[in-house]
Amino acid sequence: MSQAKQVNLKKLKPYGDIMDDGTVQIAFTLPVEPSPEAREAAVQFAQQMGFQNVKIATMDKAGNGFAFFVIYGNTNFTIDFTQIEVLKVDAKKRSRDEIDEIIKTKIGRKLIILGACTGYDAHTVGIDAIMNMKGFAGDYGLERYQWLDARNLGAQVLNEDLLDMAVKENADAILVSKVVTQHEIHIKDFKDLIERAKKRGLRDKLIFVAGGPRVTHPLSVECGFDAGFGVGTKPSDVASYIVEEFIRRKQNQKK
Amino acid sequence: MANLNLDQKKIDECRKIAHTVSKPVEELIEKHTSVSIERAALRLLGVNGAIQQQGGQWFPEVNLIVEDLHKQKVLDRGVLYWFCNALLYTKISPQELGTSVAHRKIKLTELPKSKDEDIEAKAKELVKEAVEHIDERRDYRDSLRKKQSDRFKSHGMERPLLYVIVATGNIYDDVIQARAAAQAGAEAIAVIRSTAQSLLDFVPHGATTEGYGGTYATQENFRIMREALDDEGGKIGRYIRLTNYCSGLCMSEIAALGAMERLDFLLNDAMYGILFRDINMKRTLIDQHFSRRIIAKSKIVIHTGEDNYLTTADAVENGHQVLASQFINERFALGAKMTPSLMGLGHAQEMDPEHPDVFLLEIARAQMTRQIFPEHPIKFMPPTRFKCGDIFYSHLMDAMFNFVGVLTGQSIQLLGMATEAMHTPLLQDRWMSIKNANYIFNGAKSLGDEILFKPKGRIESWAQKVLDETLAHLRMIEKKGLFKAIEDRAFANVTRKEDGGKGLDGVIEKSKDYLNPFFEYL
Repeated sequence: MSQAKQVNLKKLKPYGDIMDDGTVQIAFTLPVEPSPEAREAAVQFAQQMGFQNVKIATMDKAGNGFAFFVIYGNTNFTIDFTQIEVLKVDAKKRSRDEIDEIIKTKIGRKLIILGACTGYDAHTVGIDAIMNMKGFAGDYGLERYQWLDARNLGAQVLNEDLLDMAVKENADAILVSKVVTQHEIHIKDFKDLIERAKKRGLRDKLIFVAGGPRVTHPLSVECGFDAGFGVGTKPSDVASYIVEEFIRRKQNQKK
Repeated sequence: MANLNLDQKKIDECRKIAHTVSKPVEELIEKHTSVSIERAALRLLGVNGAIQQQGGQWFPEVNLIVEDLHKQKVLDRGVLYWFCNALLYTKISPQELGTSVAHRKIKLTELPKSKDEDIEAKAKELVKEAVEHIDERRDYRDSLRKKQSDRFKSHGMERPLLYVIVATGNIYDDVIQARAAAQAGAEAIAVIRSTAQSLLDFVPHGATTEGYGGTYATQENFRIMREALDDEGGKIGRYIRLTNYCSGLCMSEIAALGAMERLDFLLNDAMYGILFRDINMKRTLIDQHFSRRIIAKSKIVIHTGEDNYLTTADAVENGHQVLASQFINERFALGAKMTPSLMGLGHAQEMDPEHPDVFLLEIARAQMTRQIFPEHPIKFMPPTRFKCGDIFYSHLMDAMFNFVGVLTGQSIQLLGMATEAMHTPLLQDRWMSIKNANYIFNGAKSLGDEILFKPKGRIESWAQKVLDETLAHLRMIEKKGLFKAIEDRAFANVTRKEDGGKGLDGVIEKSKDYLNPFFEYL
């Protein structure tokens, strides 16, 4: 009886139904009518992308002068998984009760958190999921935490107003959610907030957290934030980070 | 068609309360005008030019004219009083006068004044012509629908209308996407507006090629897209409807431009602006009334925005907020002379997909909306809130949404996109969603006629529960008054204050001799 082949982390490949088959599925549109020539062009594209055994599963007319393709191919590229390093949010995942307990015992006062959807962005779905009482996917929002004073400022908050508010309310952390990303508007707005905070001497007094469907932690750090959270983030992920970062800073101050 | 047993007395009671709730607001509307209404009046007379500012931006003449009168605090007589007085004196055309005033070559308040009755007669003459022009544009649009064939029925019994969006930011790219969508089977196209255009207190000018999250709504962009869809519709033998956004600070003006450029659908809802754009409630309700008077004349179908409530408030728990708002929206539309056949009341399939028996609840909501508003072209919006980038799962969610839509006879179905929450739709995303809808709308076309809902079953009980909650919600709103109720988070869990938000400085109390014959002729 032969055993199934085990994964080789030094030479990682996509998995279809057999280890190391390298199966990949891709879909795209070519701005030409479906035709045998269009099909061949699609095959050649896939080959140039490094795929072998290219199979055109679908070629369909998606409008006059547009051919849509679904393609399968096998890749020979491999990745050394053991050498991969990723910048990650540095915090242990904790539950709401644990977080409340830590704040109560180690900080002794409520942490003040302001959340907003900034600039012209009116899509509050993300900030609402993190802040509002109800939360997201069974994970209660920050408003529900006994030891957090979390306030959702809603949509279209200007960066300068957000900082004014942070000063007025003595905030400990700012959460910014951006959904609209056309022309990289989210990145411009993130950077603008940090620039303004620096000018006002607020950069290191506050914990800056970014969020949104197209936001990643490395992108946020690049924009000058302390951390960033993307799709699928739960309120307790964000709270875990803020509490840990707050305590970390306090300890650094003592040193 | 299968029917849920709903207590008609409760439905009638909801309508009665909505009427009571609307009354004080309609009194407020009656007494006021706004800078946007005044600008719309000028636009309907044909003043649609713009002046290039330093930096190359175009700024509309109507803004310069109305702003100047507003600063002098004489707008309470209505812009048409000053404008028609100047027309009598200068004897030039409205367009010429508009350009001269905008360039500060003529100052409206410094000209000798004609007799009030002469000014009024001049205003009436021009307004009558303008309204005849609206009638002509409407009739031409309706003849085109007949010529190119059109199966749209407001009560939606046949199958929902296939409706998709384009949103490239560039009107010329939008045209390519819209044509491809029409070829794939789309029957209505919305050009999504650039993010935050609703907060601009002027309508941008000319063809535009750059926008954020969408394309600016301008008269020229309307014309370019309508021309393309007329052409495409002629080729494929199917009339293609065009949608744009008539909310925000320029509500009345967009309605005027929509009427002149033959739009078919307009998203038109003061509640949306109040809750989601923080526009002042008085301003936008006053604007909404005038916009709806134009819309009623043009027989444009409006879409209301109640579907949005379910993106901020939980969709399982807050069905009653949507229904209560629909009753109020219906009442305001009736007050602006609209017929039910023009009221595309909005709702959405936004419940948590993991909620037990979620489709039963969605069917209950969709079916009761259909029954309570039987002549209304109900607009059904797709799942967005729980979409997350797994395009295969998203596509499945859209399929179930399409199933609920066809089963319950929704009129206008905005098709969901598998790539929702990732990017504005690619050509292939739209094509895939149309294929999905065609499959289900065809395959389940007559299912609604074949089934019965189990009496006192889960679906019927849920519908009855939502109706009861709606009645209670409306009673609460009646007690507090609409403005206070909004402040207390009656809708979408959002709070807004009566004197907060943007645009209140553009509201003007009408003087006794306020002149605007559009209120008479529309």
